[in-house]
Amino acid sequence: MSAPLIIFFVLAALAVIGAVSLILQKHPIHSALSLIVVMVALAGLYLLMGAEFVAAVQIIVYGGAIMVLFVLVIMLLNAGEEERTDFSKLAKFGGLPLALALTGLLAAAMVRHGSSIPNLETPGALAPTGQLSTLLFTTFVYPFELTSFLILVAIMGALVLAQREKS
Amino acid sequence: MNGFISHLTSTLSEGTGFWVLTFIKILLLLFIVLTVNAYLTWFERKVVAHMQSRIGPHRVGPHGLLQPAADGLKFLFKEDVMPAGVDKFVYLLAPFLALTLSLASLAVIPFGPQPLPFPFFGHQINLWITNPDIGLLILFAITALGVYGVALAGWASNSKYPLLGGLRSSAQMVSYELALTMSVVGVVLMANSFSLTDIINQQDSSKYGFLGWNIIGIHSFTQVVGFLCFFISAIAETNRVPFDLPEAESELVAGFHTEYSSFKFAMFFIAEYTSMITVSALCTILFFGGWHSPFPAAPFWHFTHYLPSVTLLPFGLWVIYDGIKYETIWGRLVLPLIGAVITAIGAALLIFPAANEFIQAPFWLLGKVFFFLFFYVWARGTLPRFRYDQLMNIGWKLLLPVSIVNVIITAGVVLLRTKP
Repeated sequence: MSAPLIIFFVLAALAVIGAVSLILQKHPIHSALSLIVVMVALAGLYLLMGAEFVAAVQIIVYGGAIMVLFVLVIMLLNAGEEERTDFSKLAKFGGLPLALALTGLLAAAMVRHGSSIPNLETPGALAPTGQLSTLLFTTFVYPFELTSFLILVAIMGALVLAQREKS
Repeated sequence: MNGFISHLTSTLSEGTGFWVLTFIKILLLLFIVLTVNAYLTWFERKVVAHMQSRIGPHRVGPHGLLQPAADGLKFLFKEDVMPAGVDKFVYLLAPFLALTLSLASLAVIPFGPQPLPFPFFGHQINLWITNPDIGLLILFAITALGVYGVALAGWASNSKYPLLGGLRSSAQMVSYELALTMSVVGVVLMANSFSLTDIINQQDSSKYGFLGWNIIGIHSFTQVVGFLCFFISAIAETNRVPFDLPEAESELVAGFHTEYSSFKFAMFFIAEYTSMITVSALCTILFFGGWHSPFPAAPFWHFTHYLPSVTLLPFGLWVIYDGIKYETIWGRLVLPLIGAVITAIGAALLIFPAANEFIQAPFWLLGKVFFFLFFYVWARGTLPRFRYDQLMNIGWKLLLPVSIVNVIITAGVVLLRTKP
């Protein structure tokens, strides 16, 4: 087994363990911490694919900013331990089959097209920072600007909601 | 095979010599930085004391030089209290997180351009632990994660003052991170790279001296606005005066680390001082030319190469002179010895020109870092703490817009200058 492959499996295991722990933990803060582990492990996987910029942004945006907001909100609300319930009817008849179907679909796609999915051995599977930004501002400039606009609308919505009491 | 994977594979297949060398370098850097940290506390207490017409630590060792050692021992032997009802895992995780992240950021900081003149089992000894293409981004990633140490400490302590401190600091650090990141975009645009060595090399001073640094920016565009935004946000990120609201002792006892005692308390402090060193190094690297001398490389300016000796020799002689007339016997023995060592280093640099040439780059880098560390202490001795609404106003309504305007103007200038 080559060295990058070993690192891949360590990071993948970390990500999966973090994700499982996210669901199993009783306290919201512990769940949030598990999610941070997932984010950082994913950043490591991106780094392994040569996407340095995406890896760093993954940690800065998801591991840092977004998860800090999660933690901050949990701290502010002083959320206690959550209560466990058995499967609700919706989860039993809607959720479980859907989850199984998604797993099956993903597995089938992997088996059929697995060899053609770009992996870390493929040259230029993911572009370095310069190429990435060129792509972002030429080929994908409309989706990029639309996403920025969407985020701006969300920010303004939050402001309107926060200011509503005063007027 | 793309760049990073081939780099990774070649790194992993390096001989044991490479790994041993890297391990030794990490240990050495940790030892040096922790010692500097310890003496930074001494330096801070001394300088603040003199600013307030006091003497400062003076009892333990000559001029209080053993005070850091005494403090360290005290931290080790204090009772390690854990309050009732804390979330044990998070409570213990928080100081480790704070310390590990702040120490990890030192790994990407380059201290000099040339490798040491002698190889280590066939590997050249560079003055950095690693020099990745995304050094600056790694530092920002570490800064982004750094919030957790403080926020989690505040939450896990199960006490109201730490919780308030933790909340304050999370809000403060998230707010200032934006301005911090935006303020260096100008520098990145001009260097066209995230690599710290590239950024330093772009500020070449061989022709115009310090005019080539990004703060003056004769090569492209001045980043003085970017620097001001960066330094103010960086002080806020490191929770130092005048932005030390997370530990405002008059309001919150000690803020997020109220419930931490013994060595866990010390870990928060080591983390804070290490962040100060990292920020000072970053200011130097991004805006003040890194290891470049402020003087041009022309033969006329060659005499400035003796500046390391010129600083070390009088300082060493003064320490000897001061030591001889010190009041305790211990001081009369130790201080002249320290002075003699400093004088000897200064004299050795005069005698061996090769060593003197080699020391130039680290000398200027460390000299500038020291200046910024002094500035931190100076600010602490001078400025009162901001009110919370002032803090938020400065971050969101002043620093962020100003740094965005700086990015736009710099981008325009870079665009105009690179056009054929």
